[in-house]
Amino acid sequence: MNNGIAGDYQTKQTLETFGFLPKFTAEDVQKQVAYIVANGWAPSIEHEHPSNAMDHYWTMWKLPLFGETNIATVLNELEACRRAYPDHHVRLIGYDAYTQSQGSCFVVYQG
Amino acid sequence: MAKKYDAGVKEYRDLYWTPDYVPLDTDLLACFKVTGQPGVPREEVAAAVAAESSTGTWSTVWSELLTDLEFYKGRSYRIEDVPGDPESFYTFIAYPIDLFEEGSVVNVLTSLVGNVFGFKALKHLRLEDIRFPIAFIKTCGGPPAGIQVERDRLNKYGRPMLGATIKPKLGLSAKNYGRAVYECLRGGLDLTKDDENVNSQSFMRWRDRFEFVAEAIDKAERETGERKGHYLNVTAATPEEMYKRAEFAKELNQPIIMHDFLTGGFTANTGLANWCRDNGMLLHIHRAMHAVIDRHPKHGIHFRVLAKCLRLSGGDHLHTGTVVGKLEGDRNSTLGFVDQLRESFIPEDRSRGVFFDQDWGSMPGVFAVASGGIHVWHMPALLNIFGDDSVLQFGGGTQGHPWGNAAGAAANRVALEACVKARNEGRELEREARDIMTEAAQHSPELALAMETWKEIKFEFETVDKLDV
Repeated sequence: MNNGIAGDYQTKQTLETFGFLPKFTAEDVQKQVAYIVANGWAPSIEHEHPSNAMDHYWTMWKLPLFGETNIATVLNELEACRRAYPDHHVRLIGYDAYTQSQGSCFVVYQG
Repeated sequence: MAKKYDAGVKEYRDLYWTPDYVPLDTDLLACFKVTGQPGVPREEVAAAVAAESSTGTWSTVWSELLTDLEFYKGRSYRIEDVPGDPESFYTFIAYPIDLFEEGSVVNVLTSLVGNVFGFKALKHLRLEDIRFPIAFIKTCGGPPAGIQVERDRLNKYGRPMLGATIKPKLGLSAKNYGRAVYECLRGGLDLTKDDENVNSQSFMRWRDRFEFVAEAIDKAERETGERKGHYLNVTAATPEEMYKRAEFAKELNQPIIMHDFLTGGFTANTGLANWCRDNGMLLHIHRAMHAVIDRHPKHGIHFRVLAKCLRLSGGDHLHTGTVVGKLEGDRNSTLGFVDQLRESFIPEDRSRGVFFDQDWGSMPGVFAVASGGIHVWHMPALLNIFGDDSVLQFGGGTQGHPWGNAAGAAANRVALEACVKARNEGRELEREARDIMTEAAQHSPELALAMETWKEIKFEFETVDKLDV
């Protein structure tokens, strides 16, 4: 942040939505997963090495979890992806089939 | 039997007042608020509006008999009281689609808001709404990209985008201007904007501005890992000059340019939107001059009509007012035309000033832009009012921060993300606003200072143009 020097704003790698909030707790992540599920969106997990973070396409962690409404399952998959690629960014997406867009997308773990 | 020619002046209502008419799906429908001169019957005034905005002229002419005016004429088919205003009434008019050239909102406006607005039998006239038939909509280009494509290009999901108009709006050199842009973007804004008054004045020529801004965006993107943009205003004296500037923006790999659609005109706007569609460029639309046309409650054109026309002519963003900031705007009325920009079907809803069902078919949506006198304290209400498909622009509310643009941008971004997080968690934004903001400020000294700086500012004046309900 300011390292005690008020007024000296240091640029940060913020990686889009929720990049300006403190690191999410497990409960914070769980609530956002619940929001995705409640909207009927398909949860999906992607990961990428930080050096390629600006690419539109990150590597998918398996297929999107179509029809998955169990929040714990989604959290377990996020954790599994994190364990498999500890030096990668891991992001969670909520695919909205109606708007053909992503209703939600944020980086859960930074690599 | 063939008709005979009967020269002279006839009453408009004989031909143009048709209360039994059932509008066709292909008709273009309009609702006018009419204030006639005293003593003239409503039906005659309503019929006159229908006639003078379609096929009629003041005297019968022989050449009318060479065509079938029954087919081409506009018809006033309904009259309604205006709630709380005995002096005025609404009339609904149906125009056959053949009266209008395909893909031309210019042609529609030239008829509907042409000579008829100066007609002596009328004291005031206001075009309240137009129902565009889907058959006409399918001939228009619409937004060059639309909401979904813009989100994908800029990688912005699950929240409104954040912007700011660079200040001071006039007088900065190109290099200093680029500095202001860079500071806003590195601090957390997604987009910055040329003020509408910035074209290519002697203190900052357009080409110099474009180059310095491009460098600012490139550096901010590399440092933040986020996609950034700046609305490069290409509004100019001639279309040729606009295209020259647009081409240079493309050469610099810029994502978005900007146009002022009312001062520039619909023809210029539609052409530029077509260019943007062909060249993968987003188009931000400013609306200078709108309040001249739309603010008087009895005369002119309601902004919901101008907004619909812009969606047809083409633009990816349109300013809509903020409801809560320094500029005029009733909440329900604003929500009414924000829907017209973004949704694919909007049902009639008089409580929002929507006079017709409107089917937009497959036409892409336009981001609503809220800009003007807003600051961090407005964030919970703005997110509630405008939702995710909007751009929230804090000019003074970013650059007026005591620590400068980057800190001001960060304050706004923290406030926005805290509100989005709270909303997603099911919290009530406007009721819990103070708690949500105070919690967020605990880990952001930039936000804490912004909240302290703007805690006293309010813009509480009565709206001049209220809905008639």
